[in-house]
Amino acid sequence: MKSRISRKPIDPAKALESVMDEDAGGIVLFVGTIRNQTKGKEVKGLEYEVYRPMAELQIARLEEEIRKRWPVKSIRLIHREGRLKVGEVSVVVAVSAMHREEAFEAARYAIDRIKESFPIWKREKFKGGRYAWVKGTPIQSYPASDRAISDSQTNSRETVRPRTRSLVEA
Amino acid sequence: MIRVKMIYFAQAREAAGTKSEEFSLDEKSSVETALSKAFETHPKLRPFEKSIKVALNEEITQDDAKLQEGDRVALLPPVVGG
Repeated sequence: MKSRISRKPIDPAKALESVMDEDAGGIVLFVGTIRNQTKGKEVKGLEYEVYRPMAELQIARLEEEIRKRWPVKSIRLIHREGRLKVGEVSVVVAVSAMHREEAFEAARYAIDRIKESFPIWKREKFKGGRYAWVKGTPIQSYPASDRAISDSQTNSRETVRPRTRSLVEA
Repeated sequence: MIRVKMIYFAQAREAAGTKSEEFSLDEKSSVETALSKAFETHPKLRPFEKSIKVALNEEITQDDAKLQEGDRVALLPPVVGG
């Protein structure tokens, strides 16, 4: 099981299993699911739209950044695309590390980053089949400027980008 | 002339009435040139002008970035994942 954008249902148990390691004493699994209401209004489902090649590039970068910042063993980041029903899993973050502190910190960091800097949009489906976009925030460029930026970002138009890290072909 | 692919997402896709299209632009055109043409072609996009960010070949970019043949220019309304 690899980190990816998925058009099919996500099995959190499989993600958990895939990060388990005899060296890892702590595993954090975050599972985001579709809630049945928003601000008191009944929600019937959610539809995710994803700029897939960009999101998959960012997944690979986020994994890389987390590995640099925390001594984690394994990371899985999986986000759904398409139409989901109430109760379905929309996102899974699984992190294993030697100790719980880094596992918690890395997982928290990953889900926050996914929410603010990934090209993902969602609209809620209400009774009667009406859809409404969920209000978002302007996408943060990633990696952000306060973090280490490689040459490929500082000189974006002239440099060949590291396509090999993209998961598009995977 | 150069050809670039315009890609629209979410509210921008609905306002443009299409997922993507090709623009022919003068050489030395910038992201701003492509954006102006998009707003001109699809006036319904205009309300999103301030909130939209642009990705050039899958990287967030600035309006003054120069375009090349085959570039992908994506209009990204405010995002919310998870």
